[in-house]
Amino acid sequence: MNEPIIQARDVVVEYDGIAKKVRAVAGVNLSISQGEILGLVGESGCGKSSLGKALVGILPLYEGEVYFAGKKVEKITRKQRAPFLRNLQMVFQDPYGSLNPRRKIGSQIGDGLVIAGASKKEALASAKELLARVGLPKDAIERYPHQFSGGQRQRIAIARALASNPTLIVADEPISALDTSSQASISNLLVTLVEELNMGMIFISHDLSIVRRISDRVAVMYLGKIVEVGTTEQIWNNPAHPYTKALISAIPHADGRATLPHDLPGDVPNPASPPSGCRFHPRCPIAEPSCSKIEPNIIELRDGRKVACVFQKEGNDVIAINFNKVKQ
Amino acid sequence: MHFVMHLIHVQQKRCGIKMLLTVKDLTIKLMTASGSAEAVRNLSFELEQGEILGIAGESGSGKTMTALSILGLLPYKGKASGSIIFNNRELIKFNQKQYREIRGKEVAMVFQDPMTSLHPMLTVQVQLTEHMRHHNSISKAGAREQALKLLDTVKIPDPVSALNSYPSQFSGGMRQRIAIAMALACEPKLLIADEPTTALDVTVQAGILKLLDQLRKEKKLSVIVITHDLGVLSALTDRILIMYAGSEVESGFTKEVLQSAKHPYTRGLIEALPDSEGDGKHLLAISGMPPELGKFPTGCAFHPRCNFAKNQCKEVASKVLESASKQRIFCAINPFSLISKEIN
Repeated sequence: MNEPIIQARDVVVEYDGIAKKVRAVAGVNLSISQGEILGLVGESGCGKSSLGKALVGILPLYEGEVYFAGKKVEKITRKQRAPFLRNLQMVFQDPYGSLNPRRKIGSQIGDGLVIAGASKKEALASAKELLARVGLPKDAIERYPHQFSGGQRQRIAIARALASNPTLIVADEPISALDTSSQASISNLLVTLVEELNMGMIFISHDLSIVRRISDRVAVMYLGKIVEVGTTEQIWNNPAHPYTKALISAIPHADGRATLPHDLPGDVPNPASPPSGCRFHPRCPIAEPSCSKIEPNIIELRDGRKVACVFQKEGNDVIAINFNKVKQ
Repeated sequence: MHFVMHLIHVQQKRCGIKMLLTVKDLTIKLMTASGSAEAVRNLSFELEQGEILGIAGESGSGKTMTALSILGLLPYKGKASGSIIFNNRELIKFNQKQYREIRGKEVAMVFQDPMTSLHPMLTVQVQLTEHMRHHNSISKAGAREQALKLLDTVKIPDPVSALNSYPSQFSGGMRQRIAIAMALACEPKLLIADEPTTALDVTVQAGILKLLDQLRKEKKLSVIVITHDLGVLSALTDRILIMYAGSEVESGFTKEVLQSAKHPYTRGLIEALPDSEGDGKHLLAISGMPPELGKFPTGCAFHPRCNFAKNQCKEVASKVLESASKQRIFCAINPFSLISKEIN
């Protein structure tokens, strides 16, 4: 595999809570290479979005560091954002909130280019090209966001991210707010762009079926930590962590077979006071008494994936997770 | 009126099945900035007792308006015509006073977003018992007793302390359970759930689906589930109805529709799912976009996006074809050969 474009080491993100600090991301290591799509999945409140924002430098790191293209990403004010960070872009979930309703599309897309030193005229010309690239008519530069549907707005947001020739895009739930038929076309657009421009992409989503389809690798997050990371095939066909398994079995399939998906009782605990030991143990169907005391380290298995669960042993084959032979 | 009722009874005797809800030629007109527009056009469907019907379609296809019309909750200047017969009563002529008598009591609704459908400043007890006390003559203590039972039914841990809590003290999944408990408070015959799990995580969604399935089995509750998630429909529903631009395009038993869809739009939706076969990472997307309200195309509304469309589709309304097993499509071309007879 080629050199990673982004590398996160022991990333910790904290927010000021009411009583105490809330640790949304609690020590995450991650790297992505060019041309690769990494799917980042987990339930809401698990820290996916915080991690995504920390990676692009929108949120300050409490601990740890992020290196993009070999240089350190730091949270700094807008005017001081380092020029190399222009190649690191983000696409947000809600295309209604992420575009300025009072500015024309052309100037919004052109912003990045103007900051990079282009004239307004040049920026508008490039904006036209970018709109064509994402499948919108060139005359859209003269229009306002409200004249477009959700799917089209997301295309505009993608065009804006493309304006500064990114090598990595962090897409935070880019298709969740869209209609079924636009979901497929926006996901196709992102995949095509990654292939054509040889970018890297972090695709944050709670929709596991789409992640399965488009990602090369998948990282599963639970309460601020990555519990399993591996190739999509490994994660899908033989999950090594009970949480991964639970997530996969909760997906309903449109096969007409009337099978109810399996639920995972309980909710993601409050990150302000995470459970002791393994963070997943209160909800884990196969937890053992020791799980509430010892927090498992993330270890590498024989097939190269990494997992944090006491049931797996470093360097060994995956032990299949079976919820049936569980405590009654 | 009596004559109509008589006819309905005769029809039910003939079919041998009690229809709880019969919607016929429902058309809903809404006021938009550019004048009146039809959001739902000639929609007909039926619902038996204890049955779960799924209504699927993209936003703007008229699913929610259909649900709101059954409850008499259409937006300002919205007008429904046709016929909605619920439990032997014609609802289309109901005034608001009559609607208030059945709303919450016989027909209840669960909305998509449990953050906004619950009042943030009232305790769960107040919200759960308010309509109970309005509809049934029941004491405050009796209502509280019943509220506790309800919370237990929807599996809220520690119902006693939950009653005195506020919605903000619960997670999204728990709030949706409370909203369902609220809907069940007066033991309705029909529950309408509009995107009940869209705002929830898959793990929590699975729990809510299980609950709805259980309620249907235990209480013989009839449910209409509105969603765009075909996976949810597959898990939960007996029959589904696919809507596009305010009209039905296909309906039938869930298994049949999902395993051998016959309308090009339904096919398109199924093929666009990430689970389907396809070209590596690329999905088979339906080209184009759904039409806006008031700008529905002539003829078959789906023709601009349909790969099978012929010239006639632009002008002539679609034919209705129905198979022996009641799989029904609205399509003049019938590209996937539904074996059927044509009905009007």
